[in-house]
Amino acid sequence: MGFKNAPMTSAKPVEDKAKLFSSEICSEIDRWIGKFPEQWRQSAVMAALQVVQDDNGGYLTQELMDKVAAYLEMPPVSVYEVATFYSMYELKPVGRHKVCVCTNVSCMINGSDRIVEHMEKKLGIKLGETTGDGRYTLKEVECLGACGGAPMFQIGNKYYENLTTELVDSILEGLE
Amino acid sequence: MANEVCLRNLDQDRPWLLKRYQAAGGYEVLSRILKENTPPDEIIEEVKASGLRGRGGAGFPTGLKWSFIARNAPGQKYVVCNSDEGEPGTFKDRDILRYNPHQLIEGMIIAGYAIGATVGYNYIRGEFWEPYRRFEDALEEARAAGFLGKNLLGSGFDFQLHSHLGAGAYICGEETALLESIEGKKGQPRYKPPFPAHFGLYGRPTIINNTESLASIPVILEKGGSWFKKLGVENSGGSKLFSISGHINNPGVFEIPLGTPFSELLEMAGGMKEGSKMKAVIPGGSSAPVIPGDQMMDLTMDYDAIAKAGSMLGSGAVIVMDDSTCMVKVLERMSYFYHEESCGQCTPCREGTGWLYRVVSRIENGKGRPEDLALLDDMTVKIAGRTICALGDAAAMPVQGMLKHYRDEFEYHIEHKRCMTGG
Ligand SMILES: Cc1cc2nc3c(=O)[nH]c(=O)nc-3n(C[C@H](O)[C@H](O)[C@H](O)COP(=O)(O)O)c2cc1C
Ligand code: SF4
Ligand code: FES
Repeated sequence: MGFKNAPMTSAKPVEDKAKLFSSEICSEIDRWIGKFPEQWRQSAVMAALQVVQDDNGGYLTQELMDKVAAYLEMPPVSVYEVATFYSMYELKPVGRHKVCVCTNVSCMINGSDRIVEHMEKKLGIKLGETTGDGRYTLKEVECLGACGGAPMFQIGNKYYENLTTELVDSILEGLE
Repeated sequence: MANEVCLRNLDQDRPWLLKRYQAAGGYEVLSRILKENTPPDEIIEEVKASGLRGRGGAGFPTGLKWSFIARNAPGQKYVVCNSDEGEPGTFKDRDILRYNPHQLIEGMIIAGYAIGATVGYNYIRGEFWEPYRRFEDALEEARAAGFLGKNLLGSGFDFQLHSHLGAGAYICGEETALLESIEGKKGQPRYKPPFPAHFGLYGRPTIINNTESLASIPVILEKGGSWFKKLGVENSGGSKLFSISGHINNPGVFEIPLGTPFSELLEMAGGMKEGSKMKAVIPGGSSAPVIPGDQMMDLTMDYDAIAKAGSMLGSGAVIVMDDSTCMVKVLERMSYFYHEESCGQCTPCREGTGWLYRVVSRIENGKGRPEDLALLDDMTVKIAGRTICALGDAAAMPVQGMLKHYRDEFEYHIEHKRCMTGG
């Protein structure tokens, strides 16, 4: 902040970084590190958190965040700050399918309430909860930039637009 | 005339491929600049002449912004593209990334050449996986074809371009929060000044522009600044992408000349849904004050006309609402959004947005008090203009717009503990 900015470096650099993660994860994080100036390894923190979260069934643990900190030579607290700031990181276990449903204005006036209500009833959970069998999590999200297809939701990397209750049923049933 | 700039390739099969882009004349402007060693000032002058104003929401003249960079100062400079697209109602940059990624890439390389930057980043919101993949594939193609990397087309000019992925935070659309985010931090806006042109990414001179602004550049330079300017009207050069959604038959993205009557845009979007009558329109994303439907039908879609009507063109996100819509409920949802997305640095925004939400919410839920409207008026004045970034204003403006045009609906809610529209 202000007129100075330098990377936040950790006090004790870890010697053997390659042992922190599998080689696939290391090389994916390294690919991101390669995009930024050499002294700015920490620019890869968002991507690194996403990669390890995906690998860990969709959520982050303190242990994983500490490893990311070590890998990027950052103080752990700086990694926690990032992980708690952005909404796509999960700090608690989530279902195999995280259904992120938009309820912002365009979706709302096109019936997102009905979609939410339908899913809550069908799955027996409220927004923010996970089904007992660990299959689904329902999450309310802000505008996903697809208002032309309202109402809509995102599952995994995929957007589903122009939802109706019938369409929701067939989408949810089509997931493994 | 429509789709002449950023979406000019929409009629082609798989328009995102390099070969398609090139077949339509893509990368020719860049090649000419590199071959002829066009003086960067000439490029900046042409962009100024085009009248292009930033398409991210604030409408700042793009050419002027570029001219703030001290091109010959030593050290690294950066070009950053803002593809965070989070303003509720906006979904146009997603289409540029999906359907015309090479035009954005070409625009960014030219921007780099113009300001003397050799590295660029495109910050794409984390949820946009499909657009991100498209953009990544296009980067691969551009690298392989020699449009990115060292010594482009033998000119001695180097330019490398990378994408960056967000992870869910509206505030990262604010330019300095976005820079903080690329630096691997929480996305909290910086104090300005210094502006990014002097102290930007990694503390280096940086220009940051919206996806649509940058993707317009190759066409402006191909056809000329005055051609672009003449597409639009006084003070609003060019055409613009409008994302139109709501109670209409054919929502979508339409690229039309600035100054086009709203009624024509509505017609392109298929008109109102069967049996519904227009009540109100939010003309420029959820931060823009609402305009009553009747008034909107007489307006043209350009910066001045919408400003004169007390709102703003913003990102060009048009949300059309019919007469079944409860304005109190809409405002409740918007206020919740700003409260959720406030980064928490400034007290008026952090506390004020929560307070706005709670008061609007109690009105919506039949617990409003007679003094609440005066309280809301007062709060908006105490938030707007007193915060580090414009999110505070963005939270206050819709409240002011709603209370200006639909005060009776709020009063009805407070008095009768229910909605006028029956919704
Ligand atoms: C809260 C907030 C959110 C913003 N979100 C976006 C956004 O999603 N995309 C964008 O291009 N600009 C956004 N902006 C505007 C940017 O700060 C900046 O003005 C813009 O990227 C500059 O590019 P332009 O001049 O080409 O418009 C936002 C501003 C604020 C205050
Ligand atoms: S106005 Fe709100 S979002 Fe902007 S810096 Fe202040 S607290 Fe953060
Ligand atoms: S309001 Fe739901 S995607 Fe924009």
